[in-house]
Amino acid sequence: MSDYLRNWLTLVVFGGVAVLLVGTFLGLGSLLRPTRQTPQKAVAYESGVDPQGDMWSQSNIRYYVFALMFVLFDVEAVFIFPWATRLEVYDVFGLVEMAIFIFILALGLFYAWRKGLLRWI
Amino acid sequence: MIAAVASPDVSWWALIPLVTFAAAGFLLLTMASLVRRLPAVLAPAWTVAAGVAVLVYLVPMWSKVGSDGAGSFLAGAVGVDASSVFVTGILAVAVIAAALIAHDYLPREDLPGVEFYVLLLLSAAGGIVMASANDLIVLFLGLEVLSIAAYVLAAMHLRRIESQEAALKYFLLGAFSSAFLLYGIALVYGATGSTNMAGISAYLADNVLIDDAMLLAGLALLLVGLGFKVAVVPFHAWTPDVYQGAPTPVVAWMAAGVKAAGFAAMMRVFVLTFGTHVSDWQPAFQMIAAATVLVGAVVAVVQTDVKRMLAYSSIVHAGFILVGLQAATDRGNSSVLAYLAVYALLTVGSFAVVTVVGGTGDSAHGLDSYRGLGQRRPLLAGAFTVLLLGQAGIPFTGGFVVKLGVLAAAVNAGAYWLAGVAMLAAAVAAFVYLRVLVAMYLEETPTGSEAPAAIPVGALVVVVVSSAAILLVGLIPGPLLELARDAVPVLVAG
Repeated sequence: MSDYLRNWLTLVVFGGVAVLLVGTFLGLGSLLRPTRQTPQKAVAYESGVDPQGDMWSQSNIRYYVFALMFVLFDVEAVFIFPWATRLEVYDVFGLVEMAIFIFILALGLFYAWRKGLLRWI
Repeated sequence: MIAAVASPDVSWWALIPLVTFAAAGFLLLTMASLVRRLPAVLAPAWTVAAGVAVLVYLVPMWSKVGSDGAGSFLAGAVGVDASSVFVTGILAVAVIAAALIAHDYLPREDLPGVEFYVLLLLSAAGGIVMASANDLIVLFLGLEVLSIAAYVLAAMHLRRIESQEAALKYFLLGAFSSAFLLYGIALVYGATGSTNMAGISAYLADNVLIDDAMLLAGLALLLVGLGFKVAVVPFHAWTPDVYQGAPTPVVAWMAAGVKAAGFAAMMRVFVLTFGTHVSDWQPAFQMIAAATVLVGAVVAVVQTDVKRMLAYSSIVHAGFILVGLQAATDRGNSSVLAYLAVYALLTVGSFAVVTVVGGTGDSAHGLDSYRGLGQRRPLLAGAFTVLLLGQAGIPFTGGFVVKLGVLAAAVNAGAYWLAGVAMLAAAVAAFVYLRVLVAMYLEETPTGSEAPAAIPVGALVVVVVSSAAILLVGLIPGPLLELARDAVPVLVAG
């Protein structure tokens, strides 16, 4: 067996142990505990409040704006964090690059704002 | 003290076409957000101006590349050679044409706003990145910029359900094929240790791989990813539905621009980067080329929707371009570039005619709408005749010259059977074009069809200029062929 595959063996062993342990404990539990079902026990747990309606409900389509905005800022953050930790290495070049990047993203946000996308209708 | 990362030199002269399109798009978007009501003519005029500016700039760029030779910039990420300048020119022409066609189309369909033009410009910027990518990752980046804009463009017609359907199909299959491409890049990187095209080709030239399974699998996946973008059989299934449903000016861009960028990328990846492994990929290319021309031509015959028919004809053209590409010689490359140029003119002209005939609602694309067009609109029918004859490859049109070019390149490379199959397919496809001609001239206008309205200026310019150019290239093919011959693609290590 090559070294490369041997490294994966650790993963296989750990995975096997995990499955075995969890399976044993859950299996033992189900064998030992008494089972008395009541309708109350079958409802979804919602922090003590009585659950309302179906689980499968439609969310308002207007929330898609938040999804889009989230992606915009999320991607921005994904690029800014690694850049910020190594700012001194990238020097002025990195600063200019990041300024251009943020400027273009801000342009998109500005466009969305001016098109009235951020107003709740 | 931490050593600063050396920033790559930015050679602005090589990036100006890309920056022009991207900046024009962003500026247009900003203008649209600042001013409530832009004059309707501003956005198309702005887009055409950007396209013309790029075309004008390409003249000194061409001579600079010609005298100084090709180069790679931005730490080897971007490579500018004569072929990428050539393809950039094709993209600029396609942008100008699509903007001119859309100038009338968008108000007619009651689709206000500048988004069409912004997305068109950004898509063109992505195409330029693809045509001058020197790194597989940069190529992927360009492909995504080009495609994501094109997905949205396909959905532009908000009130036509077919447009939404086309966009969804295009998006799903496009995202899928992008994944194939990315996987292919990963495998090629695993086999060669580089994503830089010059690095890969240097590695493959110096080393013989004992086990090249990973490289070949990567090549196959790259072929799937790029084959989808340029719509070759068996990756063509999306084309008819998307071309039929998407707004016609968008189809003009997709057929002319996206395909040109896709084939430029294919040329850079396969002919240049994997030129050492030509015996591995050439048989696959030949099979795909043969299947593409045959399937495209045969299925086009049974279409009754002209837009769908043109979609299948674009598949046939893709097959012909592949016939030239598989030769993997300088002659093959120049024949591909010449074909792309003429094909771009043919498609933008044809789809301009389809836009006008399609009428309000963008739905009158059946063969019925073309019956008696020769009497109703002689100019439009005449120009369409030239364009269809050009697509069929009749002598004295540009289509003949470039078809001859790719066939000669295939014969020159020894693929006699492929040239034979392609000629057979061209004969079958000719029937398709002739059927439209028969409908236009020999059949009567159906009763109850509306009186002909004036042809809008933008579409008229595109139709007249493209058909005139096709005739001109057919009569005096020298200049175009010389340009294409000089546009040799080369890889330069950074």
